[in-house]
Amino acid sequence: MRKQLMKGNEAIVKSAILAGCRAFYGYPITPASEIAEAAAEYMPQAGGVFVQAESEVAAINMLYGAASAGVRCMTASSGPGISLMQEGISYMAGAELPCVIADITRGGPGLGNIAAEQGDYHQVVKGGGHGNYRTLVLAPDSVQEMADLTALAFELADRYRNPAVVLADGFVGQMMEPVEFPQAAAAPRQPTWAVTGTAETRANLITSLYLDPDELEAHQRGLEAKYRLAEQRETRAEEWSTEDAEIVLTGYGIVGRILKAVTSEARADGLKVGLLRPITLYPFPRAHFQRLARRARVFIVVEMSNGQLIEDVRLALNGARPVEFFSRVGGNVPSHQEVLALVREQARRMKRAQASGKEQMAHV
Amino acid sequence: MSNQAEAGYVVSHGRSKAFYERFERKSELQHQTHFCPGCGHGTVHKMLAQAIDELGIQDRTIMIGPVGCGVFTYYYFDVGNVQAAHGRAPAVATAMKRSRPESIVISYQGDGDLSAIGSAEILHAANRGEHISVIFVNNAIYSMTGGQFAPTTLLGQKSTTTPLGRSAKAEGYPLHISELLATLQAPVYIERVGLGDNKQVAQAARAVRRAVENQVRGLGFSLVEILSPCPTIWKMTPVESQHWVRDVMEKTFPLGVFCDRTREAQAQTAPAAAPPLERIPEILGVVGAAEPEFSATQARTAEVDLEVRIAGFGGQGVLLLGEVLAEAGLDAGLEVSWLPSYGPEMRSGTSNCHVRLSSAPIDSPLVSAPNMLIAMNEPSLRKFDASVRPGGWIIYNGDEFPPECMRKDVHVLAHPFTHLADELGDARACNMTMLGALLEIAGAVPQASIDAALHRLVRNPRWVELDERALERGRAVCRESMVEEVTR
Repeated sequence: MRKQLMKGNEAIVKSAILAGCRAFYGYPITPASEIAEAAAEYMPQAGGVFVQAESEVAAINMLYGAASAGVRCMTASSGPGISLMQEGISYMAGAELPCVIADITRGGPGLGNIAAEQGDYHQVVKGGGHGNYRTLVLAPDSVQEMADLTALAFELADRYRNPAVVLADGFVGQMMEPVEFPQAAAAPRQPTWAVTGTAETRANLITSLYLDPDELEAHQRGLEAKYRLAEQRETRAEEWSTEDAEIVLTGYGIVGRILKAVTSEARADGLKVGLLRPITLYPFPRAHFQRLARRARVFIVVEMSNGQLIEDVRLALNGARPVEFFSRVGGNVPSHQEVLALVREQARRMKRAQASGKEQMAHV
Repeated sequence: MSNQAEAGYVVSHGRSKAFYERFERKSELQHQTHFCPGCGHGTVHKMLAQAIDELGIQDRTIMIGPVGCGVFTYYYFDVGNVQAAHGRAPAVATAMKRSRPESIVISYQGDGDLSAIGSAEILHAANRGEHISVIFVNNAIYSMTGGQFAPTTLLGQKSTTTPLGRSAKAEGYPLHISELLATLQAPVYIERVGLGDNKQVAQAARAVRRAVENQVRGLGFSLVEILSPCPTIWKMTPVESQHWVRDVMEKTFPLGVFCDRTREAQAQTAPAAAPPLERIPEILGVVGAAEPEFSATQARTAEVDLEVRIAGFGGQGVLLLGEVLAEAGLDAGLEVSWLPSYGPEMRSGTSNCHVRLSSAPIDSPLVSAPNMLIAMNEPSLRKFDASVRPGGWIIYNGDEFPPECMRKDVHVLAHPFTHLADELGDARACNMTMLGALLEIAGAVPQASIDAALHRLVRNPRWVELDERALERGRAVCRESMVEEVTR
């Protein structure tokens, strides 16, 4: 089949509807607005609901309602809007409601700017709302992955009855690439736990309230068990030229694409460089890092944020290998020349260390 | 019944079927409800259960519980139950009703919940005319949290956060939700009632029933505000607090119907049936199209690796130029990417985009060192001139190439393309003349793919025709200039 040239933001909506999503509640924000616009066009035609809410606070609570009613539902926003949604995301995790949230990140903090940045890592991956919960986080690096990971996000959200986030940046949302979709639409599912206002579901209750401490503890242990299971089963990462890599570059989303170009060029120079791109940011693909650490001598984390991803990389490596860091923020993008220079410098340092017979010590 | 016969009395206020047979509480509290003696919630619960019962909608009803003393609705109502975040019940109700229009969705909220933290949600749900029923229990204070000031607290009324009493100067005036919402056009029914005496209670029961019945009839948004006693927080006896509702609260919050459009309201019609699943890909425009006529192998003799940066003023068609190029590349079986600068830049000032066409998979869609630069104006040339890879091309729209931008290691094609387009009939076709020049130089994309891309992206036939001529004219200029270069 011929692929279609499409923006990442549009691909998300089409993929969602094909996956059986029938409700979109959102609030406009650059650079995510095309998602709401596409949803406004297609959702009603597909027999679904589109409402532009009065705020992100209302939008996420509308998802709470739609999810409670057993409907696959989604919203989309960017940094400042995601901040406002955190209350509702916590409630949905607490009430075990599935939904998909697309965060097309922009520059921050505060109003920041509308250029692409990755500063939402902490608030999305670590769960920016109150209480003991996690969200499942997928990070696409292409328009095709915007489509594929949106469909996967709905699967995971249902499987774990938990909000799932597609964390992309302004570039991946705004760029156009060829994309292919499944040729059959999935039927909207009807979960047995939903409250649909029928005799059969009358006994169902959606709540995150557990007044008794023992009950709340048991509830939280249940949530934790789900997260442990997701950690065992759902981690995903892309490895590129890693078989014999001594320098492992790591970054997610658009940075992963830049690092691919760097890897190719460094390989052409004869440097043993590879790329490890986390696709799931939570659960984090720790095992991939630990496996590569057996051969790799150094990891270089590249982010469009001020050192957020690097915390998870360090936790995964647990001091086994040194971790170097490069970042651009504010809407600036690490150019592949910049990163390449860093890689070459690292390679020179390693060579010198080897020549002098000194073994590199791990920084912790 | 036998017990009653023996006792010689008849229960005239039996338990409504919409209530659970038994409500669950911790063992030592099992003998009582969650509500304090004299609390209005029990009375309101009872009238609501009765309405659900009488209207025969127990198997259609979804109750949204708030944060506050009303949170316990799901202990009592044997209906579908959802517990919402503080103030957000109208948003939750909106989505539930929209996705399940056949259900009866009731949002049960207190005054702290609805009139303070949830003021935006109730206002907009009402303004959209959501087909929901809102039961708004107003006791002029935050009760569950121990008696803090609410927007509905009366002037002079003491609370834990207005220890000297509410003053208009510091806290403003009591918020009249019913009056406020009645200024909107969408709501069909808004009434304020009280629980101040038996007569008021009877009227309140009628109002609650109407609010629910309106939804059953598909009429629209209904809200009943109920002035309700809270003896514990008000520090009164149940009887005193009932009198306070009637004698004091009512002076600030007059009872009455503030909006009634039930006569003229049109009943909601059943939503259109969803299209069959098989039609969804077609609706989304993702139905598998035929493979392109020009497959990659046919189209290419050499490896292609175009890294293009296109820059100009907003409105010069920079993004469209890039899109036609990318779309044509895709049609020709190449790997492609298109990445815009986006945001306010699109509306004024400069605009630029990155386009890649490659016979190999594209690693990064960002073009920081282009081998082709299309500079549609001088500022763009100055901005990107130095980034062009040695051996690459700069196609520049201008009479004269600024000498200080001259580089010995790149090719330059400078031409007043805007004039060229102007001669063809519209200066706005400048972008296509420049694309023509690029295609002539790159030679990577067959003409048929470009035609196909143009037809896909440009809807107006007049523009397609003009753009086709512009592309051809651009190619010709490029050929002529090459001839010049050779003969010189």
